[in-house]
Amino acid sequence: MNIEETPLPGIGVRRELRLATGRRVGVVTHRDGQTELILSRIDDPDACAASIPLSAEEAAALGSLLGSAQLIAQLAAEQENVSGVTTHQILIRKGSRYAGRPLGDTQMRTRTGTSIVALLRDDDVIGSPRPDEVLHAGDLAVIVGTDEGLAQAALILQSRL
Amino acid sequence: MDPTTLSLIQLGIVFFGLGFLGRLAGRIGMSPVPLYLLGGLAFGEGGFVNLAGIDGFAHIASEIGVILLLLMLGLEYTAKELVTGLRQSWMAGLMDLVLNMLPGVAVALILGWGPVGALVMAGITYISSSGIIAKVLGDLGRLGNRETPVILSILVIEDLAMAAYLPILTAVLSGVSFAGGLSAVGISLAVITAVLVVALRFGHVVSKALDSPDRESFLLKLLGAALLVAGLASALQVSAAVGAFLLGIAISGGTAQSATRVLEPLRDLFAAMFFVLFGLNTDPRTIPPVLGFALALAVVSATTKVFTGWWAAKRQGIAVLGRARAGAALIARGEFSIVIAGLAVASGAVPAQLAALATTYVLIMAVFGPIATRYVEPVVRFFQGKKPQAQEPELSF
Repeated sequence: MNIEETPLPGIGVRRELRLATGRRVGVVTHRDGQTELILSRIDDPDACAASIPLSAEEAAALGSLLGSAQLIAQLAAEQENVSGVTTHQILIRKGSRYAGRPLGDTQMRTRTGTSIVALLRDDDVIGSPRPDEVLHAGDLAVIVGTDEGLAQAALILQSRL
Repeated sequence: MDPTTLSLIQLGIVFFGLGFLGRLAGRIGMSPVPLYLLGGLAFGEGGFVNLAGIDGFAHIASEIGVILLLLMLGLEYTAKELVTGLRQSWMAGLMDLVLNMLPGVAVALILGWGPVGALVMAGITYISSSGIIAKVLGDLGRLGNRETPVILSILVIEDLAMAAYLPILTAVLSGVSFAGGLSAVGISLAVITAVLVVALRFGHVVSKALDSPDRESFLLKLLGAALLVAGLASALQVSAAVGAFLLGIAISGGTAQSATRVLEPLRDLFAAMFFVLFGLNTDPRTIPPVLGFALALAVVSATTKVFTGWWAAKRQGIAVLGRARAGAALIARGEFSIVIAGLAVASGAVPAQLAALATTYVLIMAVFGPIATRYVEPVVRFFQGKKPQAQEPELSF
């Protein structure tokens, strides 16, 4: 992917991608750190249909939303040619037996043969979490395994106290 | 009444009134500069009330105001941006210079103000208001537009051109000979080059020398350096404002950002005083005779700016709508036209009518520029015979 960088003297810098549809989508970073999401118009590619100021947290959250989709797509793509293995996302609900307990307590690999390869928490992606990583309610666990194993894993993670 | 008491009361009234005008400007989304000018016109010579008590303070405050305006202009740019801007857009910059100085020169010659008046009016019609334009582009959500870098690089060159123009102007206004003027230009060009080189190589050293974690000592060092450099530049005939501008360029990175933050309120205070004083010293009764000229000048110099932006945008392969947007965005003139007129009028080398013409002209352009920038698209679409787009409205949050 080519990222085009244009200095905006006195204001900051603009970084953008040219999409397959011909649109430009990107970010204007102001000197003072403020971020603006921009999207060019379809009928007039020189102009912007939207330019949306984002706070630092909002920008980070949006970035991880976009980034985690890519992470999952990557995992899925990697497993595509391994027949019988799939990737699944399971939400740790409030009140789940394992919310607040370390990952190792689930004994996931032993019980189901599946692996938790990532946790998506708020704005962060915790890749290859260790057994002592504590699960939080609201975490999204990315799990790889057979269909059968994943079904069991879902039951375990969603079981209540 | 004791003169000091009178000064305090009058100053209080002026600042209080300006506060209201500034708020009003913010409400209707325009630059406060035209309102400050109007405020100044309403009082002072030939106005409702003559505020004579604030002359002493207003005089030095407006000097500091100009220094701070230019210092903060310099802080906005890094030396690297100036150099790359100059390299990439010098053709557009030259076109801008020639096309937009001509209307000013013409009107000065028609009114019989001679070569000095022509030089002053050339600067007034040439320099767009980078303050107004950058703000309008941000407000309209056009920072992502493809024509925006074209507009900004023209503004960069204009501001750099100011650094060459102001010393020439101050030399000419002080009535030095042609040779004297030439040497002033030589000195200033050498100084500008030296500062750009120093800023590119050793900007961090200057920044470090001024930087301080303590707000109070930072502000004092900064203001002290600005006044010192401005004074020294003035002694070298390079114009105080240019000295401040160059200091601003030499300060870079984090220091420049925190300098902008601490200086902004001071600039607002002193620059407001500058615009008010300019209005105060302009007799409103001199405006009606020059109103026709101001309007004609507004129409002609708006056209030349639109052409400049159109041409520059076209060279970058931007479509018709974008060219029109670039042209309209450049129309606004403001603070720096008044700075030029202020220097000229203060020197006494130009007729008082020039102040009236400059005030009227800037009042028109500072108000019309942002309006033109906002509404240029529907107008162009109308002429293209296209309906305003329906399926995808312009969104800006």
